[in-house]
Amino acid sequence: METTSIAHAEAPVEVHHHEPQSFWTKYVFSQDHKVIAMQYMITALVMGFIGMVMSWIFRIQLAWPEHNLPFLRFLMPTNMESGTLQTPGYYMLVTMHGTIMIFFLLTAILTGGFGNFLIPLQVGARDMAFPFLNMLSYWFYFLSCVVITASLFVTTGAASAGWTSYPPLSAIAKATPGSGLGQDLWLISIALFIVASTMGSLNYVTTALNMRAKGMTLMRMPLTVWGIIVAAMLGLFAFPALFAGAVLLLLDRHLGTSFFLPYLVVGGEHIVRNDGSPLLWQHLFWFLGHPEVYILILPAMGITSEILSNGARKPIFGYKVMVGSIAAIGFLSFIVWGHHMFVSGMNPWLGFAFVITTLIIAIPSAIKTFNWLGTLWKGNIRFTTPMLFAIGFISTFVTGGLTGLFLGNSALDIPLHDTYFVVAHFHVVMGLSSVFGIFGGIYYWFPKMTGRMMNELWGKVHFWLTFVGSYGVFWTMHYLGFMGMPRRYYSYESYQFLPPDMHVLQVIITVSALIVGAAQFIFIVNFIGSWLRGKKAPDNPWQATTLEWQAPTPPPHGNWGPTLPVVHRWPYDYSVPGASADFVPQTVPVEVEPTGEHHRVAVAVNGHAHGHPHTNGSGNGHHS
Amino acid sequence: MNSSTRQALWYALFILIFTAIATYTVANKTWWFPPLASVQGAEIDRLFMITLVITGIVFIAVHIVLAYFIWRYRSRPDAKAAYITHNTRFEVSAAATVALALVILVGGGTTLWTKIQSPPPEDAFTVEVWAEQFRWTFHYPGADGRMGNVDVRFISDENPYGLDPNDPYAKDDIFTTEMHVPYGAPIAVILRSKDVLHSFFLPHFRMKMDVVPGMKTRMWFTPTQAGTFEIPCTELCGVGHYIMRGVLTVESPEQFNEWIRQQTPVAMSQ
Repeated sequence: METTSIAHAEAPVEVHHHEPQSFWTKYVFSQDHKVIAMQYMITALVMGFIGMVMSWIFRIQLAWPEHNLPFLRFLMPTNMESGTLQTPGYYMLVTMHGTIMIFFLLTAILTGGFGNFLIPLQVGARDMAFPFLNMLSYWFYFLSCVVITASLFVTTGAASAGWTSYPPLSAIAKATPGSGLGQDLWLISIALFIVASTMGSLNYVTTALNMRAKGMTLMRMPLTVWGIIVAAMLGLFAFPALFAGAVLLLLDRHLGTSFFLPYLVVGGEHIVRNDGSPLLWQHLFWFLGHPEVYILILPAMGITSEILSNGARKPIFGYKVMVGSIAAIGFLSFIVWGHHMFVSGMNPWLGFAFVITTLIIAIPSAIKTFNWLGTLWKGNIRFTTPMLFAIGFISTFVTGGLTGLFLGNSALDIPLHDTYFVVAHFHVVMGLSSVFGIFGGIYYWFPKMTGRMMNELWGKVHFWLTFVGSYGVFWTMHYLGFMGMPRRYYSYESYQFLPPDMHVLQVIITVSALIVGAAQFIFIVNFIGSWLRGKKAPDNPWQATTLEWQAPTPPPHGNWGPTLPVVHRWPYDYSVPGASADFVPQTVPVEVEPTGEHHRVAVAVNGHAHGHPHTNGSGNGHHS
Repeated sequence: MNSSTRQALWYALFILIFTAIATYTVANKTWWFPPLASVQGAEIDRLFMITLVITGIVFIAVHIVLAYFIWRYRSRPDAKAAYITHNTRFEVSAAATVALALVILVGGGTTLWTKIQSPPPEDAFTVEVWAEQFRWTFHYPGADGRMGNVDVRFISDENPYGLDPNDPYAKDDIFTTEMHVPYGAPIAVILRSKDVLHSFFLPHFRMKMDVVPGMKTRMWFTPTQAGTFEIPCTELCGVGHYIMRGVLTVESPEQFNEWIRQQTPVAMSQ
């Protein structure tokens, strides 16, 4: 790659001069991508934990309606007065569960957490392109978390118009309790989140495109980096639509505008507006909302590809096609949003076009699946905890992807839309799959992040409870969808068309959800316990090929010591014929015959002492 | 049995058991759609079954292959993985197979969608619907046989359904809390909302359409069964969303005429 080299000579010097010393600049207002990654990751996991607890409470309501749970009064004093979850509280929990999981857990941890940690380390940079912006990104995210959490405590309750916040329900305070101050805070929080995400995404894309180590061509980047930067680009192009939507909805709420509101009569009161359209919000929302699900799945796909290749000790199958598929899915994700609106009242002929674009996504998705299977084929599979999650990802992605072929086909969507079939579909394909990517990624990179190994035995217990329990929850939900159970129902007892034996399924789902929830405590204990007193991690515990494993553990500020690594080969040289070890790191020159001492070779190439022609003392190896 | 073999065995077994349970309960229709009651629903169900067979084959095949690979290629001390980077012919033919299956699904889907979304037949029986938090109201023409105009702007305590005071056809219109339609004709439904979004769902007829304030939305279908069916709301509309339940009765034209005769026109009740 041809790039210019301007004023980089002083870069490493600057890095060393600016090594933060005080507690505040080192751990709190840090500009180091690894610290920011951990900040993002831990904040997101805390938010995810809150979102999970919310799901238990409404799942209990669905399995044992109006069951008395006095202890929950401590958590939700206003919505659990008599010890049973009341309707406004139920809708608040459902709304906040979706919002928190999608934005504050999954988006934040995949781009802010993994993106921050992996991009500089995997492309061989010292840090992000704009470290200050990176720090700001985290603090805006933190602020958005504070605002959304605070909204749980306002007297009218948090937003309760669903995570999609469709107006007029979300626009008129009188329409539902959560559409008071809670909805304002929801919109403000989302706007702050979008600011954070934009600052982060600018960094991820810029860093990957401009700050790669010498030899790290685009087609030598690990698939994780590809997945994350395409996701970041989707965020940059799609989030502004929701930002605009949020601002317009605030105007509709407070300044009497009519972007989304026609003339209404709510509870007998006339609300005089001009001819705004509630469908406009849906278009703006889903213009972000659909790319958003790919923002969650593409990085998880990248992580999974990385782990599968490493665990199978075999090159990823069809690397170029994998990159092409990521790009194709990213592009297509912008022209399919209307499949959320087949029965919304949108012109039906538009539905026609969206069916075609939506189903085309099945092609790159299927190719990726075949390539993951192809990666396992003739491999030498090690069943480490990350590998268990990566294999689980293949299963959940296929299961959830296939049900998309029902919902993406408008005629079939008519009976299934807004039933539990949809809830099942998106939880399996985007919830479980990206969560499996995240867990796999945490177990895999934890040693590099913290310098310690996570406990394998408890990791495996965590995996099995999560995997089996999650299918117990979400596979079962498909049946509720067939039976026609609508989503967002507080109870279903007044409907005769829902057969009484459906109750059995509701109980299976809730019990499974509680088991999966309990399993996450194992993860939390393992995470914290291993960080404090886990086994010391070697530099390259998984015998992996990519650059981050060539950095010291945990990597110091500036990542690479005095000289930047130089890349000589693609990231998936596992089981190369003739090589004595079954992996060859990217830093090993092709002309150097790998011996049993491969690791030392790699370090030597990396090291200053050997004075490799490509690495000069300035450490300025951005360019190739 | 070493650790790798044990792990592989459990993993492969779980995947096979899960696949078997999933396949059995779906093929057996253990938990299934409500009984079918419309012509359009029959066509939707047919396309559903075609899609189910195609996706089912992929689901089963991928999981069996996955289980087999997990078992067959589990790590062994002296084994080494093959160095295979890609296989263009395999990838092209896999993509082509998927594309072919998609042609069937898109072809079937768009054809059926066109049919369902085309205007209702001339002889369709029309019912208008008002949706509001948290009930459905059904609007029929009076003795003059013409439906009067309604608009949310006309709504008042005296005129709860927003009938146009200047429309002569509106004088004798009938509003009911239950929906009745005569059996034998296609049924066209025109949907309006006073306040927020709702969605008019007929599970037995496989029909659904959102109700959007500020615009009229439509659906039509042809019942194949007489009987009483429920109408759940399927778009979150507030705290009473889950109890926004309507009832549709499909009955013989004689029964329908008798029923509509007993309803009081709104203008007379004022």
